[in-house]
Amino acid sequence: MKYLILLWAGLARRKVRTTLTLLSVIVAFLLFGTLRSVVDAFNIGVEIAGADRLITSGKYSIIELLPISYLNRIESIEGVESITHQTWFGGTYKDPTNFFPRWPVDIDRHLTVFPELIVPPEVVQAFKRNRQAAIAGRDLAEQYGWKVGDRIPIIADIWPQARGGAWEFDLIGTFDTTLEGSPTLEFWMNYDYFDEARAFAQGLVGWFTVKVAKGTEAQDVARNIDAMFANSSNETKTSTEKQFTLSFAKQMGDIGLIMTGILAAVFFTIVLLTGNTMAQSIRERVPELAVLKTLGYTNGGVLALVIAESTLLTAVGGAIGLGLSTLLVTTMGDALASFVPGITNSVQNIALGFAVAVLLGLVVGFVPALRAMRLRIVDAMRG
Amino acid sequence: MNNNDKTLVKLDGLSKQYTRGKITVEVLDGLHLSVDRGDFLALMGPSGSGKSTLLNLIGGLDQPTSGSIEIAGQRVDNLSASELASWRATHIGFVFQFYNLLPVLTAHRNIELPLLLTHLSRKQRKQHVEAVLEIVGLADRAHHRPAELSGGEQQRVAIARAVVSDATLLVCDEPTGDLDRDTADEILELLGLLNRDHDKTVIMVTHDPKAAEHASHTLHLDKGTLVTGEELA
Ligand SMILES: Nc1ncnc2c1ncn2[C@@H]1O[C@H](COP(=O)(O)OP(=O)(O)O)[C@@H](O)[C@H]1O
Ligand SMILES: [Mg+2]
Repeated sequence: MKYLILLWAGLARRKVRTTLTLLSVIVAFLLFGTLRSVVDAFNIGVEIAGADRLITSGKYSIIELLPISYLNRIESIEGVESITHQTWFGGTYKDPTNFFPRWPVDIDRHLTVFPELIVPPEVVQAFKRNRQAAIAGRDLAEQYGWKVGDRIPIIADIWPQARGGAWEFDLIGTFDTTLEGSPTLEFWMNYDYFDEARAFAQGLVGWFTVKVAKGTEAQDVARNIDAMFANSSNETKTSTEKQFTLSFAKQMGDIGLIMTGILAAVFFTIVLLTGNTMAQSIRERVPELAVLKTLGYTNGGVLALVIAESTLLTAVGGAIGLGLSTLLVTTMGDALASFVPGITNSVQNIALGFAVAVLLGLVVGFVPALRAMRLRIVDAMRG
Repeated sequence: MNNNDKTLVKLDGLSKQYTRGKITVEVLDGLHLSVDRGDFLALMGPSGSGKSTLLNLIGGLDQPTSGSIEIAGQRVDNLSASELASWRATHIGFVFQFYNLLPVLTAHRNIELPLLLTHLSRKQRKQHVEAVLEIVGLADRAHHRPAELSGGEQQRVAIARAVVSDATLLVCDEPTGDLDRDTADEILELLGLLNRDHDKTVIMVTHDPKAAEHASHTLHLDKGTLVTGEELA
């Protein structure tokens, strides 16, 4: 600890230069923390999608509708444990920026296929009794300050009502999830009511979600489903939930790759920048370092001193940058919750970032430190 | 100890050559010297005669080509680099023409630097630093930074730094080379004080005959060997 004063003496020697270098390290780790959180958020979506679920959609596009009669036929296939259907409802709640997924559901089937979603039995009963009932994710209800009994209007876009006007739903309860880090941000209404009230396309749904029985090969089931509807007017394409989510993510560009590219460029720059700062600093301090050696500081001690200096710089910059990124991600997370659910700066991320910061300091300090170590007092004093 | 207790520095057949490419420069050539405890020795000689080289060898900053260096009865010419470093920390105080203080640190902190290598507590370090600040006459400047001090004051800080770990031997390479007459005299008086009242043996290189007058005797370095003032004349 007593040697901290020496680190300070080195870093504070050129305050402006040190501050600028520190700022650039902070920005690099702010980017690191934020971008990695975003990538993680996409990966969480991919990872939580259990491999035991398949999605059967139209062969050519996910916006192709399929007849609900397919449900019973798919259910009869061996290896299909349970099945439900989903349809993208769209619509607007008050303002177009209030974006959250809305699904007309068959509640019993939905909860069987998605056992991670938890709804109290009395809420399920109430949902079935009231045709216009709706259930909201707990996080969603909190976000908009909804309470049970509220009437939620949704302006139609894809699905106008036959009688015209906005859809209206009665919030009768909320659902939770057993999955950690996955916010509940969906809004469910009765499929039966939706199907009767919509202006057209009765009996058609968006896709089917199939739960595969344990011990069954999901790929075989998928092949059998698609074979069943081959050469019909509505051919299907069955993929795992994971592939389905991935193809969604793919449409937004290969996010992981882009972010990795950005980070690589940023860190390349940072290594050059801090490396240059350290090299310059050592060059200027040759006589001072030589004096330390005359006072009895060993070559190894001077090496350690310079490495500690650069590591302190990058570690402090890294800590501040990661701290700021956590702040930013938390703020951004609320705003982006509906697009990229579950965006947080994970502990692993922060730990990795800090490890990178320390490593950066060691790497960047190494060459100047070697130079300082090899410095011969006699030569340094001759100028 | 088979050495005379009075002798602090003993050089025997000391030679130093520098080789640069094919050219070998013989700077010191079989030099003998013995310095008693409590001496204040001035080393004079023309520029390039090897005064700094000799001082660096005595102070353990460099190693001789041949010959032996014995300080306080201990051979130091065959110590490794890290052994030399810790030996310097306890036995030698250096004063150079340029003060080379760390600009960010106060006088107090600069003087404390050698003590960081010891096991002294924070409080003991403070006591030691305050004691030497008193000796060099800068007690009231303890918390000033080098830029806020005059050249003479900075050299006093450097001298305080050299003596704070209580080394017996003080080696000074043109300590007044960068100072005006009056300030130089003050610094020389300070070195004299350390020599008389604080048991420091001082070896000082200087160009300046007036500076040499402060020493108890003077040696001249000429063509790689030492001669006394009378021999030279
Ligand atoms: N590291 C070195 N490499 C090569 N030559 C050196 C080195 N150090 C000193 N010399 C040479 O040795 C001679 C004596 O130098 P020095 O001891 O600095 O002289 P002084 O201090 O008396 O002026 C000079 O000719 C100088 O060029
Ligand atoms: Mg010299």
